[in-house]
Amino acid sequence: MLELHQLTKAYGTRKAVDRLSLSVSKGEVLGFLGPNGAGKSTTMRMIAGVLIPDEGDTVIAGHSILTDRRAAQASLGYLPEGAPLYADMTPPQYLAFLARARDLPRGEREDRIDQAIADARISSVVDKQIGALSKGYRRRVGLAGAILHDPPVLVLDEPMDGLDPNQKRAVRALIARMAPEKVILISTHTLEDVPRLCSRVAVIDQGRIVADASPAELAGEYTLEAAFKALTDQSEAQAA
Amino acid sequence: MMSSFTSQFRGLKAAFTREVRAYFAAPIAYVFITVFLVALGLFTWEGARFFDTGVVDLAPFFMWHPWLYMIFLPALAMRLWADERAAGTDEILLSLPVELPGLVLGKLMAAWSVAGVALAFTLPMWITVNVLGSPDNVAIALTYLMSFVMAGAYVAIGAAASALTSRQVTAFVLAVVVAFLFTAAGWPLVLSGIAGFAGPGAADAVARFSFLTHFEAAQNGVLELRAVFFFASVILLFASLNGLWAAGRRTP
Repeated sequence: MLELHQLTKAYGTRKAVDRLSLSVSKGEVLGFLGPNGAGKSTTMRMIAGVLIPDEGDTVIAGHSILTDRRAAQASLGYLPEGAPLYADMTPPQYLAFLARARDLPRGEREDRIDQAIADARISSVVDKQIGALSKGYRRRVGLAGAILHDPPVLVLDEPMDGLDPNQKRAVRALIARMAPEKVILISTHTLEDVPRLCSRVAVIDQGRIVADASPAELAGEYTLEAAFKALTDQSEAQAA
Repeated sequence: MMSSFTSQFRGLKAAFTREVRAYFAAPIAYVFITVFLVALGLFTWEGARFFDTGVVDLAPFFMWHPWLYMIFLPALAMRLWADERAAGTDEILLSLPVELPGLVLGKLMAAWSVAGVALAFTLPMWITVNVLGSPDNVAIALTYLMSFVMAGAYVAIGAAASALTSRQVTAFVLAVVVAFLFTAAGWPLVLSGIAGFAGPGAADAVARFSFLTHFEAAQNGVLELRAVFFFASVILLFASLNGLWAAGRRTP
């Protein structure tokens, strides 16, 4: 359902993502872990069609992002890093813009928007301009935008960032509810989210995947944090 | 074939409605229209001595259009792409199943429409000259039309400059400089300078790219298709650059 083939992206001489391949199937929630600057967001941007890879390709629900971009993007829900949004719109206006841009059937738009607002739990802020919302609400408006068209593949860059514990629980429940029918790729640097959220973990460091296992396997007899530290320590040492 | 052509403009309507909303949701459009009308009124009455010429036409009114557009329309267009980049929302746009030509045209047409609304608010001027005398209404209608088409060219320059930067002020300054070159190229002062320096042939060549020269043609009551074609070409050129520069985000 989601296949990354040898994705490569360099900024100048530095390879942000280096021949990264990955295949995620329906029902899996893949946690994308790695230190800052490891290439998580760059990889997700390439999947979303925001960045064109130097080499490699992504196939979303059977459509190549390079040769069949619109079909691939129609099958994808994407929450960019930092959840950028139009500050001058209310959440329903923003979702209506996305529905129009995605060319969703006219008769369905209202229902889809209502559903996304309910799922992301933002019904209490529908009359407010997005710019006036707290970080947690903004993140959830971004999430509502990602799930609006009920895509088979979701790519969420730090969806938990800025949420309080109650909001986190709600988002976890939503992801768990959607998981059986979708492919979900989530990046996070909050390790305690991982066992509760993900069925599989890929650790990325310096643009390469250094581990790909279930959260339990990865943690083994140690903690997840120790495994993360061991796997990605090298780049910290090099940076220092 | 046709469908693959029209599919290149996917997202046009969504971008257009969003931008028109954005202009009128914040005070930008209202402030723009008000200040534009006040400035145009001041220049027409004070600068051009509208009532003192003794001739009933709108020439002292239209003569200021290029110069005011040169300042005002880059100000209107400067947010179109720079704001997306500053807020990071261009990442959402690029992740949608739409095409850049659609987004470029949708945004351009939104700003152009606001300019059109401002222009429409000057129609009482036309009524006034008809009360005062009997002007050549065909010439005035044509000049209005040409002024609107020319406004599109200034908006296209502003929008293209906006795609180059995340700072609205930078986009504004850049667009005014480019717009000034296109405008002043037809200024008698500049043209005689060029003629003296490089010969009358060179002055002719420069005047051929001037907005002033092409705009003035309409005021004689002749619809010059050449002038329409010229402004359409300028719009196409800058819309293409706009698309190219916006697409640059995909391959940093």
